[in-house]
Amino acid sequence: MGRVEIMKTYKIYIGGAFPRTESGRYYTPMNGEKALGNICLSSRKDVRNAVVAARVTHNKWAGKSAANRSQILYRIAEMLEGRKNQFIAELILQGSTKSQAAKEVIASVDRLIYYAGWCDKFSQVFSSVNPVASAHFNFTAPEPMGVVSIICKEESGLLGIVSAIAPVLAGGNTCVLLASEQRPLCAITFAEVLNSSDVPGGTVNILTGKRSELIEHMASHMDVNGFLYCGTDNEEINTVQQLAVENLKRVTISPLEDLLNEDHNTPYYIDDFVEMKTTWHPIEKIGATGSGY
Amino acid sequence: MDLVIFAEQQAFMGKSRAPQIPDFRLTPRIDQVGVGERISRITTRSIKSNAKLQGLKMILNMIDLTTLEGADTRGKVSQLCNKAKFLHASNPDLPTVAAVCVYPNFVSQAKKALLGSPINVASVATAFPAGQSSLDVKIADTKLAVDNGADEVDMVISRGRFHQGEYNYVFDEIAAVKEACGSARLKVILETGELGALDKVRRASDIAIYAGADFIKTSTGKISPAATLPVTCVMLEAIRDYFYESGTMIGMKPAGGISNSKLALQYLMLVKETLGDAWLSNQWFRYGASSLANDVLMQIEKQRTGNYQSKDYFSKD
Repeated sequence: MGRVEIMKTYKIYIGGAFPRTESGRYYTPMNGEKALGNICLSSRKDVRNAVVAARVTHNKWAGKSAANRSQILYRIAEMLEGRKNQFIAELILQGSTKSQAAKEVIASVDRLIYYAGWCDKFSQVFSSVNPVASAHFNFTAPEPMGVVSIICKEESGLLGIVSAIAPVLAGGNTCVLLASEQRPLCAITFAEVLNSSDVPGGTVNILTGKRSELIEHMASHMDVNGFLYCGTDNEEINTVQQLAVENLKRVTISPLEDLLNEDHNTPYYIDDFVEMKTTWHPIEKIGATGSGY
Repeated sequence: MDLVIFAEQQAFMGKSRAPQIPDFRLTPRIDQVGVGERISRITTRSIKSNAKLQGLKMILNMIDLTTLEGADTRGKVSQLCNKAKFLHASNPDLPTVAAVCVYPNFVSQAKKALLGSPINVASVATAFPAGQSSLDVKIADTKLAVDNGADEVDMVISRGRFHQGEYNYVFDEIAAVKEACGSARLKVILETGELGALDKVRRASDIAIYAGADFIKTSTGKISPAATLPVTCVMLEAIRDYFYESGTMIGMKPAGGISNSKLALQYLMLVKETLGDAWLSNQWFRYGASSLANDVLMQIEKQRTGNYQSKDYFSKD
């Protein structure tokens, strides 16, 4: 008698734990005839729980020193490197060719390392000292935005996620992301990587399920500060932009085409999810006699 | 059978009378597994949105908005009183909370701030939270609160004496404080987190009720665990049994650790199913909480707008 194959049930990732969806529903994405696995069909309550976890963890993540965030991002890359073969196998299962899969995994590791390097450097680059016509030392520096909702790219199971979250994390934000609907396997396996890389539980929360059900709640949630939409569907973009108005979420639409291209290694992606704070600091005197601060 | 109807029947048959004070060593033993089973049926139930909204408004009206910190200032108390009166500016149809709960030296200020509103002022007394002092000091503390105008007094029992088996001492102390309260309603805090097993909770409940408590209350909020559903279940059963015995209603106040609406709704279910509709008003049931009000407000707004809310848009108390 032949062995009955065990199909993996991929659970979601909220607050550093792997719960089943609150709704108890699941779906089975296919690659042709081949079933990929049992995947949670998350509900709006899972979104709510994930946002709560991201909010609670935000102080912890944003409060870490930039150098420490850098180390942790580097650690994610290391763990990913160590599980390369598993990711390559999953990508192939989801329809990539062997060489595409290998390239995607390697590019993901490299991208994480690229952004790990920026964690303690972007602030110097984007900050400024501003000339003002009063006795003030006036300077502007970036601060984390807060909780960011991310709709991941549908076509890319792993590199799409890494490219979206690495700059968001580097900026000191926590996030709730919705994985690709038809290629969700790597997202949850990536959660296992995050879970063993010193990333505080709740910093990244990963949901799987239908965009059509969840996008509205991810965009309208009042406790979400930013929204990253990776894709090109105009109807969805419209929905997000309209719902985001309610609490003035910052919405970034990023098609993320041609993901392997190194153009996606840029500190400006970090800049998308920081708030610039300008401080007016009174000083004693300025001018020819020298600096007052 | 509905408890109130039962009481009326008893009264009709001439059974309503001051009950005999029982031997507290013989209070009923509690089946811990049974209580756990009872609670698990409450916590796994789903509540539909209309009933939820009704429940949330009821909860709001049963909250004793509390600040009991060493760092309390007049400013903090006046902010709290303002919060009690105007819970959320963008929804003026909401009920107010039941009371504001403060330390005795803030009572007169709170009383003045809440003048003309239906909100009561409750004060803790009797060497709160430890209760480790002489009876004289506790009486003086109670009088201070009452003289300053407190409508309700929250006292703590002497847990040490209770553990030593001096039930009469605990009983007499409660009775003495009750007398000092005059017309103010007395809530007796058992501090269940320091009592241990549910048997002890039941015994302490019985002592407090027979000694003249108007309310029994789980915790000070300073000890963990504070209020829990099993402990509340046991206390509610003590209230129910006393009601069968005497026809007198006693109030219940879980306090500490109830910070979200879902949990608060579960308490409400527990009250309704243990004691019935008669207890579903702030005359007989209260929550002692500081952060619950905002969570309830956020849930009400969620029901109203359809969007999950952020605490950024609600005033801190």
